[in-house]
Amino acid sequence: MSEYQAREFKVLGQRLKRPDGFDKVTGRARYGADVEAAGMLHGRILRSPHAHARIVSIDTSAAEALNGVKAVITRADFPQAAKGYEDIQDNCMAGERALYDGHAVAAVAATSKRIAKQALKLIKVEYEVLPHVTGVEQAIAPGAPIVQPGKVSKRVPEGFSDNVVRYTSFGHGDVEAGFAKADAVIEREYRTEASHQGYIEPHACLATLDEDGRGDLWVCTQGHYFIRDMSCAVLGLESANLRVTASEIGGGFGGKTTVFVEPVALALAKKSGHAVKLVMTREEVLRATGPTVSTYMQVKLGLNKDGIITAAYARLFYQAGAYKQGTADFGAMPAFAPYELENVHTEGLDVITNRPRTASYRAPGAPTACYAAESAIDEACLELGLDPLEVRLKNAAKEGTKSSYGPTYQDHGLIQCLEAVKDTEHWNAPLAANQGRGLAAGFWFNFGGETSVSVFLNTDGSVTVTEANPDIGGSRASISMMVAEEFGINYEQVRTTVTDTGSMGQNEPTHGSRVTFAVGMAAIKASREIKADIQQRLAKMWDVSADQVIWQDGKAHCTDNSKGIEPMSLPEIGAIANNTGGPIGAHHGANMEGAGVAFGVHICDTEVDPETGFVSVKRYTAIQDAGKMIQPDYVEGQLQGGAVQGIGWALNEEYVYGDDGRLQNPGFLDYRIPVASDMPMIDTVIVEVPNPGHPFGVRGVGETPIVPPLAAVGNAVSRATNVRLRHLPMSPPRVLAAIQSA
Amino acid sequence: MQYLAPKTCAEAVAALAACDGDARLLAGGTDLLVRLQADMIEPDLLVDIKHIDTCQSIEEGPDGFVIGAAVASAELGEHASLTQAWPGVVEGMGLVGSTQVQGRATLTGNLCNASPAADSVPALVASGAVANVIGPHGKRQVDIIDIPTGPGRTSLAKDEMIESFSFPARGPRSADAYLRFIPRTEMDIAVVGVGVNLSLDENGTCTDARVAIGAVGPTVMLVPAAAQALIGSQVDAAALQAVQTACSDAASPISDKRGTAEFRKHTVGVIARRAAAIAHQRAQAAE
Amino acid sequence: MSSTHVSTKINGQAVEYVCPNDASLLEVLRDQLGMTGTKEGCGSGDCGACSVTVDGRLVCSCLVLGVEAQGRAVETIEGMANKNQLHKLQEKFLEKAALQCGICTPGVLIAARSLLEKNPDPTEQEVRYWIAGNLCRCTGYDKIVRAILESAKELREEAA
Repeated sequence: MSEYQAREFKVLGQRLKRPDGFDKVTGRARYGADVEAAGMLHGRILRSPHAHARIVSIDTSAAEALNGVKAVITRADFPQAAKGYEDIQDNCMAGERALYDGHAVAAVAATSKRIAKQALKLIKVEYEVLPHVTGVEQAIAPGAPIVQPGKVSKRVPEGFSDNVVRYTSFGHGDVEAGFAKADAVIEREYRTEASHQGYIEPHACLATLDEDGRGDLWVCTQGHYFIRDMSCAVLGLESANLRVTASEIGGGFGGKTTVFVEPVALALAKKSGHAVKLVMTREEVLRATGPTVSTYMQVKLGLNKDGIITAAYARLFYQAGAYKQGTADFGAMPAFAPYELENVHTEGLDVITNRPRTASYRAPGAPTACYAAESAIDEACLELGLDPLEVRLKNAAKEGTKSSYGPTYQDHGLIQCLEAVKDTEHWNAPLAANQGRGLAAGFWFNFGGETSVSVFLNTDGSVTVTEANPDIGGSRASISMMVAEEFGINYEQVRTTVTDTGSMGQNEPTHGSRVTFAVGMAAIKASREIKADIQQRLAKMWDVSADQVIWQDGKAHCTDNSKGIEPMSLPEIGAIANNTGGPIGAHHGANMEGAGVAFGVHICDTEVDPETGFVSVKRYTAIQDAGKMIQPDYVEGQLQGGAVQGIGWALNEEYVYGDDGRLQNPGFLDYRIPVASDMPMIDTVIVEVPNPGHPFGVRGVGETPIVPPLAAVGNAVSRATNVRLRHLPMSPPRVLAAIQSA
Repeated sequence: MQYLAPKTCAEAVAALAACDGDARLLAGGTDLLVRLQADMIEPDLLVDIKHIDTCQSIEEGPDGFVIGAAVASAELGEHASLTQAWPGVVEGMGLVGSTQVQGRATLTGNLCNASPAADSVPALVASGAVANVIGPHGKRQVDIIDIPTGPGRTSLAKDEMIESFSFPARGPRSADAYLRFIPRTEMDIAVVGVGVNLSLDENGTCTDARVAIGAVGPTVMLVPAAAQALIGSQVDAAALQAVQTACSDAASPISDKRGTAEFRKHTVGVIARRAAAIAHQRAQAAE
Repeated sequence: MSSTHVSTKINGQAVEYVCPNDASLLEVLRDQLGMTGTKEGCGSGDCGACSVTVDGRLVCSCLVLGVEAQGRAVETIEGMANKNQLHKLQEKFLEKAALQCGICTPGVLIAARSLLEKNPDPTEQEVRYWIAGNLCRCTGYDKIVRAILESAKELREEAA
């Protein structure tokens, strides 16, 4: 069923200011680390210096004896985790073994940061160091040190070590038959290193937890319901008894959808009987949170001379960190999603290593898979002398195409995005010496999920929207705009507030590019319920039937002209609510279905210094189907931000491990995210093909923008140097080595 | 930890000498505070030299420039005649960290932190400047190259401090340049760095040259072969190529998170060639 | 003595505090004075979120000791607006959507103001290099750079 109805919009599409903006430009906005409580203690975590070690013993007595120390905890202070949450608990506080450099092994709460720091030095941990493995290819080889025995799923093929724990496979047709029909078959291997989400705000929380199991938690997170439910599951609490309030959030990108410090702070609060504030250092953020996968990927692609892809195959090994994850699924599914393929087969294999448990990062799994697929397509185009844009247009998925992962697409804007490439000045501009232009397409599913929203009409006619999804990039503005549009009132008359878990029903986090779509749709539906309620009330008052009360230009009109009834505005309706049945409001809670897929196409020009391998991005254009833009600035902002994260991943961001299995670069000095002077302006082109699943046609836009850049930059560098780069990041030593070996 | 902000070098040195534990000098603090907060050091005494007049000034005299030990990098860049005389020294220091770091970081700190990759040091070494060192027994002048003795180590005694740097008087047709290689455009530690200082005669022949390379050994080093390749030449393509080869040959780098040994050995030559060309252009312009 | 009594000026107001000698100015601002507008992203001078000016000079407050503020004048984000009248840069950042999560915003604004005081007519490159020490992970810098350039232009026009 299509939710979408074409209409003229009055509020949507305007570049309106966000309601939280004033506080954010004046320093008044309160983030995770910006609050205090009376009698508050400072928490701090002791972390393993070993990549893999058995914890023989922990002696906390000297730390406990230090003046000002109020609590010291280890895993012994945690109950048995609820089923399914064992890994999350173990990641928050190591049990029998420390599984990676930076794994938490103990924590303290003290009256000052200084005392807490000093106390950590007094905790004596005896480790028995065990063999470790951090590289994906090393980890899958038979004979590799096993990170966690007994985790291998049934479907995993033979021939690997027990670190290959999960296997999934997608596709249709007969790829061998497809390859037989091809004029060129490209068979390649690609590798990517792990990157971190790199949010500027470290994880921070403030916890209280009484002896009776009732507590409060203030935390910077993308999803306070997830934080609540996970914290309760690992601490044996009831969800109703833990109220979690989301602070303003200083970036998340997927990395703040799970717990790290929160259960630790709560356990310290319970043991000490005080509020405990726990703020990570940057080093802790890089050693123990996030990162994303590193990969080893095999791709085989068949093309005929006309540029039709006859078959596509990929086998993706995703290094997931020390615990079993499912990220490889989200690589195997979208790898070839932009194309209509007769024969396609993708396999995803999750590999565990002695690295931090990976967390989601913007379209988790997709950027690396699409890097491999889109690089292979570029290689095939070069081999057959074909135009990379024409080949993508010829094979592009459309409405009705059976996707590479199964479902059939509804209407979407991939072809419009590819056509838009042709029209850009960028695509047609000349290139200088040592420059190359790369093109890549990308895809993300988008998601809806559990959503709860309440909308209230106030007595003055203004509208209050209460939702519970942390606003990461302007969603309060977008939701207010949609509600204003629905009621036909001004944006300024609507205020959207993000509330705590004690005030609203279940919500998925701000992830999956879902909030503008799902929360927006729930808010529209609640608004419609209110309008229907008002119609009933006015029908009664006017003595007409409800269908004789209609909405037009923000007012309720009576269609029975014989009655001579003046239209009523929302302020007039709000003012008499007391006499028409009491407070006017509606709640909408549902799983929001119909998140339309989002395709994007990026163009990148790079210049490579042939003597040093230094890559500079000279020009960049990101094109994407947004369905319907609510606030164009925020859509552009998502495209620009995602593109630059992808560029960073492609060029210089990398987890570097030493032979000892320890992270070598846990700081912004050597974990090199793009700085302002690295980047050109990021041009954007927004295509609007309405999502049939949303009343206004909205599609999520947040994640797709990080999918194409890895390949777009890779293809640009490879074309600039005439050498194919197949290992990200393309840091200068790698690029120079490739040039020199050509 | 005790904190002192003396008004004279004599007081500062006396405080250093009197301290039984770990005493540290605080100039810009951009390295010291990082290490302090990371618990890499736990000093008993900090001596802030920013209240000492002689450490705060840039003096220009007939014998050349004298730059105080606590002068922040941003002040170097804002000093027009210093920038004209020693563009390489100023640009080397100007590459240390962000604009924010520039507001604090000093030549002294960059030198005494004794990182082989310190951006200001190759140009300082190439310049022929000396450090004016004060200790309990008086003053001495020390060649820049002799201050760092290895990563994190200096030749200064526990109770000594650098008061200032004295630069030689600048002749005509003389200029310097510093270039480094980093993977981004800013905010990185040098993967390699090269300082070149040279003088030309009226015919454009190079009469004097010093070439110093950084991040390719335990300390910054002079490359006499590179200097020899320049001296007597017109600083033409052949001479520049010889500089490249000499610097690559002289480098003995390690592989680490910032670059491989092979990469550094190759790139230090490329960067040296380019730095020499820049210094040459500047010297030609500095009639 | 492991602590020191400090008399300083913050956003034009005389302020006194006693701080541990090893406390950074950032720690003093946030933990002792409750001025949490200045953010901590790294504690090592690599991200610029804690940017303030000391005697008009742009610095990372995590790399300045609290004791070093003695006798100086410190400016933070809390002092940037004149009561409820936003600074041109603040206005422009709102108008041009130059922030997403907003955690880097106070530092970027302080850095940008410091640039425009020194150089009222910067090029795009000059803006980009000046704020290279202010990491932003959300915006890709595009809208930040545009907002700074537009602020500069309007400030010049207003001054003319």
